[in-house]
Amino acid sequence: MEEEKPWALISEVGDQGYAEELTDIIKPHFQIVCLRDFLLNPLLYGHKVQALLVWNSFPAVEPSLLTSLPSLKVVANGGVGIDHLDVPYISSLGVKVTYTPGVVNEATADMAMALLLSSARRVVEAHQIAVDPKTTHIPQCFMGDEVTGATLGIIGMGRIGYKIAQRSRGFDMKVLYHNRNRRSVEDEQAVGASYCQNMDDLLKESDFVVLVVNLTPETTGLISHRELSLMKPTATLVNVSRGLVVDQDALVKALQCGKIRGAGLDVTHPEPLPRDHPLLGLSNVVITLHIGTNTYTTSRRMVKRMIENAVAVLKGQPIPDEVKPK
Amino acid sequence: MCLISCVLLLQVMEEEKPWALISEVGDQGYAEELTDIIKPHFQIVCLRDFLLNPLLYGHKVQALLVWNSFPAVEPSLLTSLPSLKVVANGGVGIDHLDVPYISSLGVKVTYTPGVVNEATADMAMALLLSSARRVVEAHQIAVDPKTTHIPQCFMGDEVTGATLGIIGMGRIGYKIAQRSRGFDMKVLYHNRNRRSVEDEQAVGASYCQNMDDLLKESDFVVLVVNLTPETTGLISHRELSLMKPTATLVNVSRGLVVDQDALVKALQCGKIRGAGLDVTHPEPLPRDHPLLGLSNVVITLHIGTNTYTTSRRMVKRMIENAVAVLKGQPIPDEVKPK
Repeated sequence: MEEEKPWALISEVGDQGYAEELTDIIKPHFQIVCLRDFLLNPLLYGHKVQALLVWNSFPAVEPSLLTSLPSLKVVANGGVGIDHLDVPYISSLGVKVTYTPGVVNEATADMAMALLLSSARRVVEAHQIAVDPKTTHIPQCFMGDEVTGATLGIIGMGRIGYKIAQRSRGFDMKVLYHNRNRRSVEDEQAVGASYCQNMDDLLKESDFVVLVVNLTPETTGLISHRELSLMKPTATLVNVSRGLVVDQDALVKALQCGKIRGAGLDVTHPEPLPRDHPLLGLSNVVITLHIGTNTYTTSRRMVKRMIENAVAVLKGQPIPDEVKPK
Repeated sequence: MCLISCVLLLQVMEEEKPWALISEVGDQGYAEELTDIIKPHFQIVCLRDFLLNPLLYGHKVQALLVWNSFPAVEPSLLTSLPSLKVVANGGVGIDHLDVPYISSLGVKVTYTPGVVNEATADMAMALLLSSARRVVEAHQIAVDPKTTHIPQCFMGDEVTGATLGIIGMGRIGYKIAQRSRGFDMKVLYHNRNRRSVEDEQAVGASYCQNMDDLLKESDFVVLVVNLTPETTGLISHRELSLMKPTATLVNVSRGLVVDQDALVKALQCGKIRGAGLDVTHPEPLPRDHPLLGLSNVVITLHIGTNTYTTSRRMVKRMIENAVAVLKGQPIPDEVKPK
């Protein structure tokens, strides 16, 4: 029965890949080969692998890899961002692409709120002072920004953006949003959100601007010099999308000369940043490790969903979350 | 009116303003924009100047404005302020004031309970989310000169749908409950007195008469109590042992509410997952304190009310209280000795 299970290729198990408890979700359904073992013996494994499980963008789905997987039926991604996958190309090989849009929304929205609150109240800076060996007294004038009653501008009001709006209500925040399409009146009223057809209006009025868009040609460099100049000098930018949505050079300049107050970035380009990048040296920037979905609970749900998608493809059943080429 | 008369009139008006004693202006005291709120109502003397010339200023001072527990309201200071009418505190915590003693001198005590709730509740949520998602640790790795790649197994705790246990469901505790609803958290609370059914239902909170039940079931335990003899050491070895090993403790009360030695042990041996502390005892901690070396602890600088907006509101309220006392008008926020 073990031999009857189909084979799946993954990046690796351990610190640089899947935690053990996550592979325990995969093993009942697939025999696993790690990329390192595969590359040592591609002819042995190549024709066996029917599913390629992509996690944190690894393994990189290059044409050279796909060529060595003649039996591949599905590339199953863990996560909702798929900018790292050439969907038209993969589909042209007769391989299905799946992702996990439904299970990541809460954890990512929570991360956006964590970055918003951490930045506003300067948690990282405060911690650094609190634990610094040289600290002798509590600084008296250490001030942050008021979150309650502030204006939140959400750019990208999809599933995750909407969850952010829901979370902000408990803080009596005023919510503005910009989206390709306007939401229904019911949706807007449920979270007290006002539509800004012109993104400029959102940028001018918001105390906190949160980016929650997919990375596409249209959203690449969406926030650059011009947009940062429109923002309030007291505003904070939060990014849980992709690093390339923001023109990082423009962001550095804006932060250095006080065009905006601060930034909270779960994503950068590249990841990690080069060690001499100016963003690393700015005290008004919080940078995290692309961990928007990184909770024990959500990771398990993502892997479970990934497997459900892959198994559905292999069994010829309806696929829960297929990415169709446009 | 000619110019000289104007100047004299202004001088007289300035001189008619009562005198207030404060700690100082600048990094170790009030920011300039905060003293701008005080100056229309009071002539200010800083503690340093006062101590250089106590006889000159002593009989003038009618109000003592206390900010971040400074100046320390010691008997020796009070003795040198024979005209003192009011000790006006900025903030809602007054454990640093001996209210019965001050009152016995015929001096009123005021505080600012109404204006600090939101900022403090926001801070509790900031610590909860920062701890759960390990923001500080992640930032440290992200900016570390030695970092070459993104660690793949960096995991935090799910906040959405988790159980929040609020110990102390006063004004601030209630605001924390309100904020947690957007995260679909299940809310338990423990309080000296139970809240009304309407209050509970509005935030979906369930009362735990026995604090132990709250400790056993919560993923996040938030302390929002005043410091009193009853709440000193409220969370110690026993309470930490009852908590889940996956739980996080958040403290926005006072450091002494927690037995810090017990907390260190609990964190070191995994009795609980982590802690977010805006308050410690003392502040700051000694530089060799074990809490400073634990990666699963976030420590901030007693900044629960430290926003530009709330600080201004606090000083404004402090002044309103002090002026009301001096004018013999109803006092908005008087602390009566029990």
